Amino acid sequence: MTAYIIRRLIYGVFVLVGVNVFTFALFFFVNSPDDMARAQLGAKRVTPEAVEKWKRERGYDKPLFLNDNMPGVAKVTNTVFFEKSVRLFVFQFGASDQGRNIGYDISTRMWPSLAVQLPAFLIGLLVYITFALMMAFFRATYLDFWGVVLCVLMMSVSGLFYIIGGQFIFGKLWNLVPISGYDTGFEAIKFLALPVLIGVISGIGSNARWYRTIFIEEISKDYVRTARAKGLSETRVLFRHVLQNAMIPILTGVVVVIPLLFMGALITESFFGIPGLGSYTIDAISQQDFAIVRVMVFLGSVLYIIGLILTDISYTLVDPRVRFS
Amino acid sequence: MTPPIFPFRFELWWSDALVWLLVLAVIGFALYTRNHPHLRAPWARVARSASGMAAATVLAAFVLVGLLDSVHYRAALPPQGGKTAYATEVRSLLDRVLEPLRLTREKTYSAPLATHLHAKETVQLQDGSETRVFPRLRHGGAHLEDPQADWGRDVALKAFRGLAFGLLLWFVAMIAVCAVMARTPDSSIESLWREAWAGRTAVPWRAVFCAFGLLCVFVGPVAALAPYYHVLGTDKVGQDVLYQALKSIRTGLVIGTLATLVMLPFALVLGLMAGYFKGWIDDVIQYVYTTLSSIPGVLLIAAAVLMMQVYIENHAELFPTTEIRADIRLLALCVILGVTSWTGLCRLLRGEALKLREMEYIQAAHAFGVSHWRIMMRHITPNVMHIVMIALVMDFSGLVLAEAVLSYVGVGVDPSMISFGTMINSARLEMAREPMVWWSLAAAFVFMLTLVLAANLFADAVRDAFDPRLIISGGRP
Repeated sequence: MTAYIIRRLIYGVFVLVGVNVFTFALFFFVNSPDDMARAQLGAKRVTPEAVEKWKRERGYDKPLFLNDNMPGVAKVTNTVFFEKSVRLFVFQFGASDQGRNIGYDISTRMWPSLAVQLPAFLIGLLVYITFALMMAFFRATYLDFWGVVLCVLMMSVSGLFYIIGGQFIFGKLWNLVPISGYDTGFEAIKFLALPVLIGVISGIGSNARWYRTIFIEEISKDYVRTARAKGLSETRVLFRHVLQNAMIPILTGVVVVIPLLFMGALITESFFGIPGLGSYTIDAISQQDFAIVRVMVFLGSVLYIIGLILTDISYTLVDPRVRFS
Repeated sequence: MTPPIFPFRFELWWSDALVWLLVLAVIGFALYTRNHPHLRAPWARVARSASGMAAATVLAAFVLVGLLDSVHYRAALPPQGGKTAYATEVRSLLDRVLEPLRLTREKTYSAPLATHLHAKETVQLQDGSETRVFPRLRHGGAHLEDPQADWGRDVALKAFRGLAFGLLLWFVAMIAVCAVMARTPDSSIESLWREAWAGRTAVPWRAVFCAFGLLCVFVGPVAALAPYYHVLGTDKVGQDVLYQALKSIRTGLVIGTLATLVMLPFALVLGLMAGYFKGWIDDVIQYVYTTLSSIPGVLLIAAAVLMMQVYIENHAELFPTTEIRADIRLLALCVILGVTSWTGLCRLLRGEALKLREMEYIQAAHAFGVSHWRIMMRHITPNVMHIVMIALVMDFSGLVLAEAVLSYVGVGVDPSMISFGTMINSARLEMAREPMVWWSLAAAFVFMLTLVLAANLFADAVRDAFDPRLIISGGRP
């Protein structure tokens, strides 16, 4: 099993190298640093000197891969590729195009993101499973039918409308919570309540329906028929047997998103004014700050790959066939 | 001097060309399917699904609007000095149909069916004193002499007339359907009518009739009122919201269809190659799609669109007009969405190809010396088409929803292009106004919900018909 995990880890590093090279190509081959400088400076003030100055200040004036003017190792290290891309592997994120320290920004901004995402994730899981289990329990009745109809209806509404509608009803109409903003400590709860609620509600449609499919699939298996043949009650079959077995695909399926909770949700955070990584990314996109976007792409992939490895580990924990192979 | 034969000149934008190519491909595919019973069978199952057919009826109405909006032309100007010049403005057939909506611009916000502006304005009276009133609209309800007294009666009368016309259309369409079906000697229109409404026909015509009836009930009054009022109000710059909502349909449809079209070749070729050849080819392809799919979707799209924006800004000479730039940007967005979303389908196809390559008929083909290429084309591709078909229809609604989110983030369509995303984006602060402006958002909400819901229901019907056992994603992104 250890050998298996180590193999997955090494593969993950290889994938990260691929991501790194791909992002580098996307950011430096499609457009040259000169183009980026011009886009940043705007059409009016663009002089060759200004472009050179912009590039020099941000370290984009070096050669891409090989610096022939430098002796020894510096030939490789004193290049754009090394300074902007390779350093990401040791989490040296450098400065943004506006000159801020990206590493510091990320370390302060990931906690508000997590404060929204983690409760939304946990409450969401509970709500979706309950709702799905209810539909599976009343399967092939009107309750199940209308449950599915409600799910399809809810997943057809754009996430933007949940946020706008929620802010309108809870924030403006009923005045229960502030519409947007953030605070530290326990004061944060009143700012977090609505984003968490919206996060849970907007996911009900697709998730509850997906879990219902898993439950229904599980119910049609032979061991369930055996359990019924033994004379167990339907409730007991559902909660003792089906639920436990269906939790395996559900839990191993959600493990992959756990690390990504740090990244926050782009739209939610920007609507509710939460100073997390999601709104950080949105601001970077609207200001065309390429350095931040590049770092966020890399960070997102790192977290996703950690999630994949956690998924592999969780499989070995629940499935003996993987553990002993 | 003779006037030109056609008083217009067609303009073929890139997205138009691809849309019509897609229409041709669908027609060709339909004709091919007609002659092959094994291909016809699953579609016949789709045709027997009540929710699927009702959804298809609604989708057809959306597609019609989208296609009308995909024929662009420039109108001829009055001839001067023997040469025919054409207007610089490019219009679509839909613009032509909606001329009364497009040209009747107000000053700023006005509520649905209103006769007065939404905000007070200072006007000078004849005696020189100033007063603040709600001014009359330039176009909405301009035919009324005394809006206070006539408005209610006029709106009700026009709506009723529209409703009656809609119901008439509905009735005629139903009779026409029955008449077409009643060509066999042993059935009459009347008996078919009864069968259809009793739900005893193979194709659930009752569901289709109901969906079409609902459409008629809504479209009739709206069409009757639209020339006289702004049925869904006007936005900040006084443009008709109904017009914007109808124009958004094309953007949504283009993104939903063309992006999947871009993704398809990648997923099909790479997925089948990986599964069929195994070995190092499989390793390389798996590595590529793991790498791509490990970058969170929105971030990858945002990064790619940012780079595209920089490219467009630095190569302004390639795009002569704003419309062409917006169109190219729409296409580029489709390409980016396609390139970033082929990994899921690729993984499914690889798994299926792995299974199929061990089948006996493939081994027989090997024994006969059939080439790898031919085996993949003739023997494997047709057997994975059900997966492809399901993925195509399932992805559509997700892409329409994604467009709205991406436009909000600022990496969607060009800001000058009307789409659901730009509509929501410009309207989201209006809820905070006092008094509230809700109609832009409501219009985007209703149109988007209808389109996506119909697409979802149709996708479910297709999935059930093509493979009841297959569970893919269940609507998850």
